[in-house]
Amino acid sequence: MSQLIDRRQSAKKKSTVNRQRFLRRYKQQIKKSVLDSLTKKNISDIAKDEAVTIPKKDLSEPRFRWGKGGVVDRILPGNKEYAKGDTIPRPQSSEGGASGGDASNQGEGEDSFQFYLTKEEFIDLYFDDLELPDMVRKDLGKMVTEKSIRAGIINSGIPVNINVVRSLRQALSRRLAITASYRKKLEKTAELLANLKGQDKKSQAKREEYLHKIEVLKRKMKAVPFIDTVDLRYNHRIKVMLPATQAVMFCVMDVSGSMDEVKKAIAKQFFILLYLFLTKTYENIEIIFIRHHTSAKEVNEQEFFYSRETGGTVVSSALEMVAELIETRFPPEMWNIYIAQASDGDNWNADSPYCETLLQKSIMPYVQYFTYIEIMPRHHQSLWEAYQAVQEAFPNFAMQHIENIEQIYPVFRELFTRKTA
Amino acid sequence: MRKKPLSVGSDWTPELIMAYDKEISRLAADFGLDTFPNQIEIISAEQMMDAYAMTGMPIGYYHWTFGKHFVDIAQRYQRGEMGLAYEMVINSNPCIAYLMEENTMAMQALVIAHACYGHNSFFKNNYLFQMWTSPDAIIDYLVFARNFVAQCEEKHGITEVEALLDSCHALMNYGVDRYKHPQKLSIHEEKIRQQNREIYIQSQVNELWRTIPEKSAEKNAEKKKIFPQEPQENILYFIEKNAPLLEPWQREIVRIVRKLAQYFYPQPQTKIMNEGWATFWHYNLIYALYDEKLITDGFMLEVLDNHTNVITQLGFDHPHFTGINPYALGFRMYQEIKRICEAPTSEDKEWFPHLIGQDWRKAVDLAMRNFKDESFIAQYLSPKLIRDMKLFNVLDDDEKPDYIVSAIHNETGYKVIREALAKQYQLSAQDPNIQVYKVDIEGDRSLILQYTEYRRMNLDVSLNEVLKHLYFLWKFPIRLEVVDDNGVIVKTFSCPNKEI
Repeated sequence: MSQLIDRRQSAKKKSTVNRQRFLRRYKQQIKKSVLDSLTKKNISDIAKDEAVTIPKKDLSEPRFRWGKGGVVDRILPGNKEYAKGDTIPRPQSSEGGASGGDASNQGEGEDSFQFYLTKEEFIDLYFDDLELPDMVRKDLGKMVTEKSIRAGIINSGIPVNINVVRSLRQALSRRLAITASYRKKLEKTAELLANLKGQDKKSQAKREEYLHKIEVLKRKMKAVPFIDTVDLRYNHRIKVMLPATQAVMFCVMDVSGSMDEVKKAIAKQFFILLYLFLTKTYENIEIIFIRHHTSAKEVNEQEFFYSRETGGTVVSSALEMVAELIETRFPPEMWNIYIAQASDGDNWNADSPYCETLLQKSIMPYVQYFTYIEIMPRHHQSLWEAYQAVQEAFPNFAMQHIENIEQIYPVFRELFTRKTA
Repeated sequence: MRKKPLSVGSDWTPELIMAYDKEISRLAADFGLDTFPNQIEIISAEQMMDAYAMTGMPIGYYHWTFGKHFVDIAQRYQRGEMGLAYEMVINSNPCIAYLMEENTMAMQALVIAHACYGHNSFFKNNYLFQMWTSPDAIIDYLVFARNFVAQCEEKHGITEVEALLDSCHALMNYGVDRYKHPQKLSIHEEKIRQQNREIYIQSQVNELWRTIPEKSAEKNAEKKKIFPQEPQENILYFIEKNAPLLEPWQREIVRIVRKLAQYFYPQPQTKIMNEGWATFWHYNLIYALYDEKLITDGFMLEVLDNHTNVITQLGFDHPHFTGINPYALGFRMYQEIKRICEAPTSEDKEWFPHLIGQDWRKAVDLAMRNFKDESFIAQYLSPKLIRDMKLFNVLDDDEKPDYIVSAIHNETGYKVIREALAKQYQLSAQDPNIQVYKVDIEGDRSLILQYTEYRRMNLDVSLNEVLKHLYFLWKFPIRLEVVDDNGVIVKTFSCPNKEI
């Protein structure tokens, strides 16, 4: 006696909880692996199938089991040449025991256990200390665009929106309904006709009558119009306001001589954090890297972080470039614009007031958010003061001061909570 | 009997599966197979991976180790490094068999014969399973266990429960009674018992650890109390009953892990017999279908192709060799029994006089019921099979420079090989023999274990980690003494780590 159950639709993802328990258990190792790999990756590759590697020895569960040594008998199949008393030289490497038999399926495995995190798991892990994501979703404004979407079927409209299939279906049901009574009569008459057996005159007359009746009914049925104006159905489209799903993120960094590798690493972390936040909100994110010393240049990521420059600092050169790019390539009505600037605060003193004007006039009105971090252990210079003025004027401008990499999470939180405060 | 084939294409439908099941069931009954009712479940690959990760338990408590297995399996499956089994079967009543949705009709019929009639009848009738498992109660017990662990997590936090389970898992192999018969369970009794147990156990433990010395201390000094009176092999049981500082809910979790260990205990001991039995019967049952023309030639070819893969035994020098294939050895041993019953040679008459002239169905049935791998091999491994598989014994003695071939498939070697192979499946060859030896009840309450050396084999270094887990449960010092054949202590490990 057997019973068959199709389980395919039920109880999916049974292992989800256990998987979460596993991630929870190895959080520290996973986090370390993630952070290690982050420093090697491009910003835009982050959060795509994050591979995590954990040393196998950390994962193994201890048991009382056999170790090496002692006397072991092994029965093996497939003897071709050996006779009793033959000796077989012991393999050189002492690893994994002897014959390559029983131990081989465990002996030479990989030393590390690798698997992939989903994007959500990764972001949760990354922002674990921040507990921010929800707040950000609220705070970051979105550009709104109009989009026309389908909204069902209606019975009035313009010819170009006629839905042929629905209209014909409508016509068909109308025809069926109207001709129903004719059809019934037709069937009845046809039956009478078929039952009419006799060949005499009376029968003949009856037959004539029936045939005529059938003819009339058929004509009546044909007279029902194939399609009528009441049948017409139109696709309905309405316009809805949708948040634009594309964003551009400008990474602006000072690469003058005073920005050393450590400061750049902090800046990179900062850019990554912003990028990850944006990935939670937008489908499509463009990243523009602008570096500057006395003049600004749009570069690729590699050059942005790793090429060396020397010389003085004119911040306005970069801001001018951002303003120009917004005007030419990223019109604010189509793009959500975010700017992240990192610098050590150095600027040519006479340039700072100009920066302030530039920001106030040609940048801040168009962007969603502007974040500035100053990576410097010393006192602030003229740029800080100029930016402070901007901050007072615009709520979507945030600035912070960082001394070392540990401060980056708290500061980031600070930057993004600023608005609600 | 001329019949129309049940199906021609390779696609299955629920109706077809039931039709095949009906025919196979009829044939199985004709062959005398005694089975639990079947519950056949069609599942997807992902669900099969879930089942793998839970080591076949349809319901289990949550723990990271299952998550680790799942991640590992999913990863390897997605990379194409491993395939998934066509089926999985659970020792329960009704017997639950998972069939993969992507199997062809031929494969579904094959796995129904294999799992629902082969394994199923083995679970129901093999003495080890009868003695150690309660298929009627296991699903209920798993539900109970999962709920209980979940409640504990709510009350005491995930981290604490997880640490406890980690420690229990480390000792899971030592959570079984090997020779005693456990009581059967039912869910209702279990709940009541669990509540009573809390009170009772705690009172017992308190009794043992009473700190006020008895008045007649001088008198007792001569016959100093030894506890436990006899060494205990079931370490988890000992912990559950005697660990001084565990709380009732912790004892219950120790018990859950130990009960599950007990449930799984017969499986590794009957790997060859069980897989061999299922393979033997899918082969015979499908052949019987073919003989009745219920399946087409194409169907039969697919089954045979698959069957051949299953019973392939690679030679020891093959790059993909991973040891003796239990399907191959088991299948051939049952086939040998059948052959010896039907067409014995003079050699067989000398070796297996009790099989000669027997009904082969009765002979294999008897073997299935009353043996485990070790005794099955010792009893039934025939010289012909040793020759066919070209088995030989390699002696690996770490005091000798080379391996020595100590026996091959010849007249003088058969018995040696049969004994040595049987020993490989002995419990003492699989798990080191470690027992609870003594508790220092009047001193620092340390727990002393003894490992009796077996052929000079050492314990794996992870034993230190296991001792830490044991310390976590016992909460007083742990000592593991290594004892040689003469009962002399040759080495001591301890936790917390003090001295040698």
